[in-house]
Amino acid sequence: MSTIQKGIEDGPAMSSRVLKTLVLVVCCAVVVIPFLGVISTSIASQQHVTNSGGFVLWPDALHLDAYKAIFNGGVVQRALLVSVVIAVGGTLISLAGSTMLAYSLSRKGSFGQRPILMIVLFSILFSPGLIPNYLVVKQFGLLDSLFALILPTAISGFNVIVLRSFFMGIPDSVLDSARIDGAGDFRIFWSIVLPLSRAVLAVVGLFYAVGYWNAFFNAMLYISDTAKWPLQLVLRTYVINNTELSSGDLGGAAADQLPPQESIQMAILVVSLVPILIVYPFLQRHFAKGMLTGAVKG
Amino acid sequence: MARTDAINSLQTDRTTPSDSAGATGSGPPGAAVQNGAGLRSAAKPLSWWARARRDKILLLMALPGLVLLLVFHYLPLLGNLIAFQEYLPFVPFGRSAWVGLDNFAVIFNGDQEFLNALKNTLLITLVQVIFVFPAPIALALLLNSLLSERIKRIVQSVLYLPHFLSWVIVIAIFQQILGGSGLINNFLRSHGMGTIDFLGNPDGFIALLTSQVIWKDTGWGTILFLAALTQIDPGLYEAARVDGASRWRQLWHVTVPGIRGLIILLLILRLGDSLTVGFEQIILQQNLVGRPASEVLDTYVYNNGVLAGQWGVSAAVGLVKGLVAVVLVVGANKIAHIFGEAGVYQK
Repeated sequence: MSTIQKGIEDGPAMSSRVLKTLVLVVCCAVVVIPFLGVISTSIASQQHVTNSGGFVLWPDALHLDAYKAIFNGGVVQRALLVSVVIAVGGTLISLAGSTMLAYSLSRKGSFGQRPILMIVLFSILFSPGLIPNYLVVKQFGLLDSLFALILPTAISGFNVIVLRSFFMGIPDSVLDSARIDGAGDFRIFWSIVLPLSRAVLAVVGLFYAVGYWNAFFNAMLYISDTAKWPLQLVLRTYVINNTELSSGDLGGAAADQLPPQESIQMAILVVSLVPILIVYPFLQRHFAKGMLTGAVKG
Repeated sequence: MARTDAINSLQTDRTTPSDSAGATGSGPPGAAVQNGAGLRSAAKPLSWWARARRDKILLLMALPGLVLLLVFHYLPLLGNLIAFQEYLPFVPFGRSAWVGLDNFAVIFNGDQEFLNALKNTLLITLVQVIFVFPAPIALALLLNSLLSERIKRIVQSVLYLPHFLSWVIVIAIFQQILGGSGLINNFLRSHGMGTIDFLGNPDGFIALLTSQVIWKDTGWGTILFLAALTQIDPGLYEAARVDGASRWRQLWHVTVPGIRGLIILLLILRLGDSLTVGFEQIILQQNLVGRPASEVLDTYVYNNGVLAGQWGVSAAVGLVKGLVAVVLVVGANKIAHIFGEAGVYQK
């Protein structure tokens, strides 16, 4: 790597270095400034928000009123709970199904492996389309059920393939010695393969979790009961479509004590961002190495 | 990029026979001990029934995932049959009247709304191939030329982040910056200048979509290119330098050929997706600019099918769209082969 850099960087002219730095600083600022503004607006005072026209870049003080308002037992709190249930439950279901499927596909020469692998691969290449998907979910009576937000996207063919290639990299000798000791396939999978695959399980699990957390359209399509709305739908209704949050939506707080709508909106945005920001460093550490570089070769 | 890996493993899988020698016996311990893991290739091939029995635990383990895939990915393919029916939601699927190709009339007769959706879709694809596609390549080259490994990593951490945000969040953030009371318009207003309607202007809608995609995915898009850049043989740069090549010539004659295969591969995949453009992204912003400017094929299917109840017509449009996408990928791949590139899959 470093040799390549030296290769390109032979005798860098001062002007080109300044230009490069400038471009990168601008790129980073374009990403960072909006986040800064969102967080600042959520904690700024009423007066400051009004004076600056609704969006604050740097807060004058730390007011947590907006957060208190949304955690007062209203729609946002309920939606947060729904989103957490979907993300946690969905990730567990996805991981269980995907790892077992991937393991059975990773044992060389097992019965039916070729057709099953084809089924997995073609599920990546084709998507059946919105209307037929909707009809299937409806036929199974899953409308307005949280399972409609989990089961249709529970197995990602891509993740199965990633897990499979990782499992195939585990030396046969390790598995054979367990087999000679009398362990069956499930035992080998549970006590040997999974513990050896913690890193890839973490990455795939996080990808599933982020996917469930971010899913918006399926909820819009399948969930009409607002009590079962996940956070993304609440975000769309109250932030993007700018529907005013009444005191009833906020668990019955007194209307005259409500913090500015802009602050509440940004607080909802921050709440939906935080889980991503928490898992991001873990993702970041893993995805650059190994997992995706395999995609380029071959 | 999700697809590339799967396709590659499809390729490698074809070259390795499934019953390769030394296949590890998997199944009940008794069977494994009898055959001996290493002896399997020498032993007489088992009948399919014996193999199914030997692998029954493995098959059971595959079952839940397989059933989910079949029910939610393959069963819906069957649901496309309603494209040939007069489907009504309250009439059971089997008893809807068959209407032949009637539902496809909007496509063949050139219904105005359909044509408009098609036109918008293709226009957005064209604009995005021109402006979105090269962005990660340029950024990857820039990152790759950085001397400091640490700065590179910090920049990457910042720029990858937006990829993990949902479209709802991205659009909410864009509203805070570009909206009527957003950062930029506040600035303009406080300096006595007129405000600009970024979000509700039908003529600017494609530019808005494109800038959002660039903001969200350019950083993440560099991953594959950075990985490809590290695989270029450093000797090539040395040789080029010895021959007196400038840095620009090195870029053109060493770097670009080194990532050309990847560029073509990703272009093919993008072409296969020509008819699919940011569905969630558009649905979320459609009411601001109106349907004429923002309707694409996917939103047409949703608006006319789920919302307006024309299930059969929408399914027909969705079906044709899916079939055209397959033709596009196969066609693009053929063209890649003609030009001597590997493409997505080999013959």
